[in-house]
Amino acid sequence: MASYGSNDLKRGLKIMLDGDPHNITEVEFVKPGKGQAFTRVKVRNLKTGRTIERTFKSNESIEAADVMDTDMQYLYNDGDVWYFMDQDTFDQVGADEKAVGDARPWLKDQDICIVTLWNGVPISVTPPNHVILTVAETEPGVRGDTATGATKPATMETGAVVQVPLFIDIGDVLRIDTRTGEYQSRAKD
Amino acid sequence: MSDSNWLPTAALSALQLRADILAQIREFFAHRSVLEVETPILSHSGTTDPHIESFRTAEEETRYLHTSPEFAMKRLLAAGSGSIYQICKVFRQEEEGARHNPEFTMLEWYRPEMDMEGLINEVDELVRLLLQAHLPLANTRRFSYIEAFAQFVGVHPLKAEVSQLAAAALQHDIHIEMSSDESERDNWLDLLMALVVEPALPRGGPVFIYNYPASQASLAKLDQTDPRLARRFELYLDGLELANGFDELTDADEQARRFAHDRQTRKKNGQPDVPVDHHLIAALEHGMPTCSGVALGLDRLLMLALKAKHIDEALAFSSERA
Repeated sequence: MASYGSNDLKRGLKIMLDGDPHNITEVEFVKPGKGQAFTRVKVRNLKTGRTIERTFKSNESIEAADVMDTDMQYLYNDGDVWYFMDQDTFDQVGADEKAVGDARPWLKDQDICIVTLWNGVPISVTPPNHVILTVAETEPGVRGDTATGATKPATMETGAVVQVPLFIDIGDVLRIDTRTGEYQSRAKD
Repeated sequence: MSDSNWLPTAALSALQLRADILAQIREFFAHRSVLEVETPILSHSGTTDPHIESFRTAEEETRYLHTSPEFAMKRLLAAGSGSIYQICKVFRQEEEGARHNPEFTMLEWYRPEMDMEGLINEVDELVRLLLQAHLPLANTRRFSYIEAFAQFVGVHPLKAEVSQLAAAALQHDIHIEMSSDESERDNWLDLLMALVVEPALPRGGPVFIYNYPASQASLAKLDQTDPRLARRFELYLDGLELANGFDELTDADEQARRFAHDRQTRKKNGQPDVPVDHHLIAALEHGMPTCSGVALGLDRLLMLALKAKHIDEALAFSSERA
């Protein structure tokens, strides 16, 4: 099993803690006077998203997590499983509901997502920063009202609900920022 | 790696400040008739301290890059040099971070016939002189090691069970896998010192912590009235450790015992062995005057003057760009 020395820990490295893979988000080296050195890290659990603190004595050995972020194309969902394909190898993987998590309402066929694989199995899915989605349902659009900044909810083809300006109609194609869940503009098609 | 890595990590104005501070230090000691000396950076022996790892050469006959000029300067003291100081680069493996660079500049000085209190006052004067133009400094505070733990951690560092130290760490949201065995007491104390005491120390002025546990004496004398304590002090400013000083150990036998103990600890930990500096033992046997000595990290001092968050801002080139 691959491992890191605590002195080699860096931001972005993936390590195993309490049986789960974690991503290191912060590293601090501390050493009081002439004493024992420690490495203090903040890590994000790649399965649950929870961030925790952990401190290691210097020269401790920490198990590396076999975690890879891979660009994959979203294919379809059969109810329980969301399928993604590596466009270079054509390998397909299936992600369960837990792994798909918050990405679920943003997944549109053929979009390229980042699938985080742990020992080859998807543990999380990150949608593209921006997606182009069609409005499936919303109140009828109000012409001319572009200045007030008033919004209404719209349900997109993927099920995501987004606040949109009043002039948007069913069938409009919108550009949405998946990181904030905010409407950005109408997409030119 | 981007192409800008040839550039210095410090601003040119920081280098000017470094030069000014070096000039001020030399003037300060010239006024007090403290002699500037230079001692070898490469040595046949190294520090045995299990918490400090020397760089070593790959030659057939290994030489060690010094981690502090302490041993050589003590040999000068034993040879009758009187008060001496040195400004030099020192090298420590595996110390890298916002406050650490594996190669750093140390100001180290020794004052025969001056006691620890006298040296603490001199350190205070020098630091105030060097920083006065750059940041306003509040009154100097002093805490014994025991007081600091009582006040900022709420435990007695020598009397608390090790499990109580572990519980105190957990209370401060420090999660670490370390045994609560008595043999780990110093590691728990170091952990609490670095992550609880240091951040909680009063800011804005120099803070001296003195009388460390005897187990952390390093090269300090034990307190004559309370042998659980060592005559060692540290200086902090805004939570940043700046200096470490001792009422220096002058007893050759005791020094030899501590070296031997260090080497045993290294062996137990699976760390590389380091040859003992027999010249130092011989010098102590000859006789070193009673004296106090202190080492001050100049890059850290410069960080304070610059209000820098990272030591790289005080270095012409960080180790990564060296």
